[in-house]
Amino acid sequence: MDIFLQQLVNGLTLGSIYALVALGYTMVYGIIQLINFAHGEVVMVGAMVALSAMNALAPLAWPAAAVLGVALVVALAACTAVGWGLERWAYRPLRGAPRLAPLITAIGMSIVLQYLALSIWGRDNLAFPQLFTPRVFELAGARITLLQCLIVGLSVALMAVVSLFVYRSRTGTAMRAAAENPEVAQLMGVDVDRVIALAFMIGAALAAVAGVMIGSYYGIAHYTIGFILGLKAFSAAVLGGIGNVAGAMLGGLLLGLTEALAAGYIGELTDLCRWGVLAPAERCAEAGHFVLFGSNYQDVFAFLVLIGVLVFRPSGLLGERVAERT
Amino acid sequence: MLRSNPYWLAPLVFCTLLAACGKKEEAPAPAATPAQPPAPEIVTVKIGHVAPLTGGIAHLGKDNENGARLALEEINAAGVSLAGHAVKFELVAEDDQADPKIATTVAQKLIDAKVAGVVGHLNSGTTIPASALYAQAGLPMISGSATNPALTEQGYKQVFRVVGRDDQQGPAVASYLLTQKKPKLVAIVDDATAYGEGLANEVEKAFKTAGVKVLPREKGTDKTTDWKAILTKLKGKRPDVVFYGGMDATGGPLLKQGRELGITAVFAFGDGACTDKMKELAGEPVAEGLICSQAGIPVQAASERFLSAYKRKFNIDPILYAPFTYDATHLLVAAMKKADSADPAKYLPELARIRHEGASGRIEFDDKGDRKDAEMTIFTMKAGKITPLAIIKSNQSMTVDEYVASLKTAAAIDTAKERAVEAGQAAGAALKAAGEAAEGALKSAKESAKEAADKAKAAVGK
Repeated sequence: MDIFLQQLVNGLTLGSIYALVALGYTMVYGIIQLINFAHGEVVMVGAMVALSAMNALAPLAWPAAAVLGVALVVALAACTAVGWGLERWAYRPLRGAPRLAPLITAIGMSIVLQYLALSIWGRDNLAFPQLFTPRVFELAGARITLLQCLIVGLSVALMAVVSLFVYRSRTGTAMRAAAENPEVAQLMGVDVDRVIALAFMIGAALAAVAGVMIGSYYGIAHYTIGFILGLKAFSAAVLGGIGNVAGAMLGGLLLGLTEALAAGYIGELTDLCRWGVLAPAERCAEAGHFVLFGSNYQDVFAFLVLIGVLVFRPSGLLGERVAERT
Repeated sequence: MLRSNPYWLAPLVFCTLLAACGKKEEAPAPAATPAQPPAPEIVTVKIGHVAPLTGGIAHLGKDNENGARLALEEINAAGVSLAGHAVKFELVAEDDQADPKIATTVAQKLIDAKVAGVVGHLNSGTTIPASALYAQAGLPMISGSATNPALTEQGYKQVFRVVGRDDQQGPAVASYLLTQKKPKLVAIVDDATAYGEGLANEVEKAFKTAGVKVLPREKGTDKTTDWKAILTKLKGKRPDVVFYGGMDATGGPLLKQGRELGITAVFAFGDGACTDKMKELAGEPVAEGLICSQAGIPVQAASERFLSAYKRKFNIDPILYAPFTYDATHLLVAAMKKADSADPAKYLPELARIRHEGASGRIEFDDKGDRKDAEMTIFTMKAGKITPLAIIKSNQSMTVDEYVASLKTAAAIDTAKERAVEAGQAAGAALKAAGEAAEGALKSAKESAKEAADKAKAAVGK
């Protein structure tokens, strides 16, 4: 039971980071139907900038919270700038171009950002400064670090803020209007360009926070960390229904939990010796186990869930069926 | 060079003067510009080196390259001539990104560039596919760090390595853990690469042979940073030892997360995660006490001369395999010198039977191309530094001091032998001298007796 609880905690932590990144994908997609493949790289930039800021502040011997605060602000500034820049110079000129053009540009921007980071921070695995001595709580046998609590807490708070913003504020309403129909929204006096830029910047700001979280959680930063993370978060967004803010959160959490539980239990569940079916007797007698799918199938399992959802609910868990706009 | 100028210039000037006297019109130019003597033309021989210079283990790749670079610089400074031509060696350093696909492309590139030999690659996963191409091209290659047994089991006679094999490294680390930690249950994790999985298999085999229970294998990838799910699962089984076959970029987070989850087992690693970087990647207090192994001897036990030369040139200390790529490069050139040719077909037989005293000790190859009697070293993280604990040679475990002492004893025995020979020679000489002296004495005694007899005769005559 304590192990199960621990896996839930692991999955929840991972899931809330996925959810934050997935929000960035879904907000942009919701408005301009662009899958911003460079979004994962924005997370990486956040982690790298924060790391540099922390290292630069290290000689001042400030209290840890102040260092973290400043690093976070610097990372936020850098990421929103990158997000705005991407939109302004990479995607806006292609507005109205066939859909494939911005998609390929996005992949291109992803590579550009990676290699920019490579030339700035080098190719080594950088150790992310561990500012706080890890504090651990025991809860029914599961060990929960303070950092995990902070990650989950902050993610939930940020998701709440974004939801309130999108569904309650005036700008949020403008955003939803632009998502519904950009031309009509424009006619109604909504500055669509500004709204789109804002969506990019909010996504990038969330990515900055996710970057700092990833860095602190794993203690490592590298110019390629954004790629796989971006892919997973994108899958999470699709899982929840891309374009849907609540769906991105749900998808992120679900993907994180699926991954953790799959890695934790798939090996035991496919241990043929345990079930006594089709198990080669001599292998069972010798080793005591014959595992069909080990924990290395965790990603496969996560994507199987994704495929399953897409087969039975093509628009994602919370996505509504929208008529294809032409 | 400058000092010798006047001597060879003299006849040159004399000749030109003569020429000048003979044909006034063509006179001035040659004497004014001290042209090079008609030196034998300098032939450039290219040596290839391949390692990942980008990606997660680029620091190790650069270390390997530095080793080869240092060796060639020394060789060029000393000057080598093959078949009567002065030879300048040139390093062609390539990046395989630790990717098997790119490794074969790069290998083809080196073959097309007509290199005379290859030092590399770094990873087993890249070296094995590349070795097939080198072997086809008849090009000798020596890896300074690929430890997967399969490399030399392919039967290519062009393929060598100066480092031990995983099937030696695995049993070594397992035997150390068995004797020192006495585990009852062992968990083994790998990164699903040829290197990580191969090493993990060897460790598992060694534990099983010793009758220790081993949990089902857990696997990540060479890019995994989140090990929590796997570690949580392992935590429930309460293993005494967790062994990870993989590199430091993934091993560091594994160790950090394992301790965060409260796993108290001993964490042990292969050579890929046996670096000082583990301290940064896992966090300093966490990395303390980890156990890891390296094929070969610890960098610190490499020859004094190599260590100081490396530090002088690159301003950093070697990390891991630099002494081995350094030796590999020297080996290629030494074999070329013996064969008096840089032609792979000609110097290959020399390479196979070479005997070389390198930065990592004496090197000889067995008929597979593996290093004979390779040492393995067990390390621990102590005060933030990878510190050697024990050296394992022919299944004997000894501390580093004992090893260094044994080397010294061996050296002492050698010098004692030399001295004994010298003493023997001296004794022989003394004996000879004594004999001569005795002979002389006898002679003079005879003479004096004769003289006395003559005198006596004369006296009697009177």
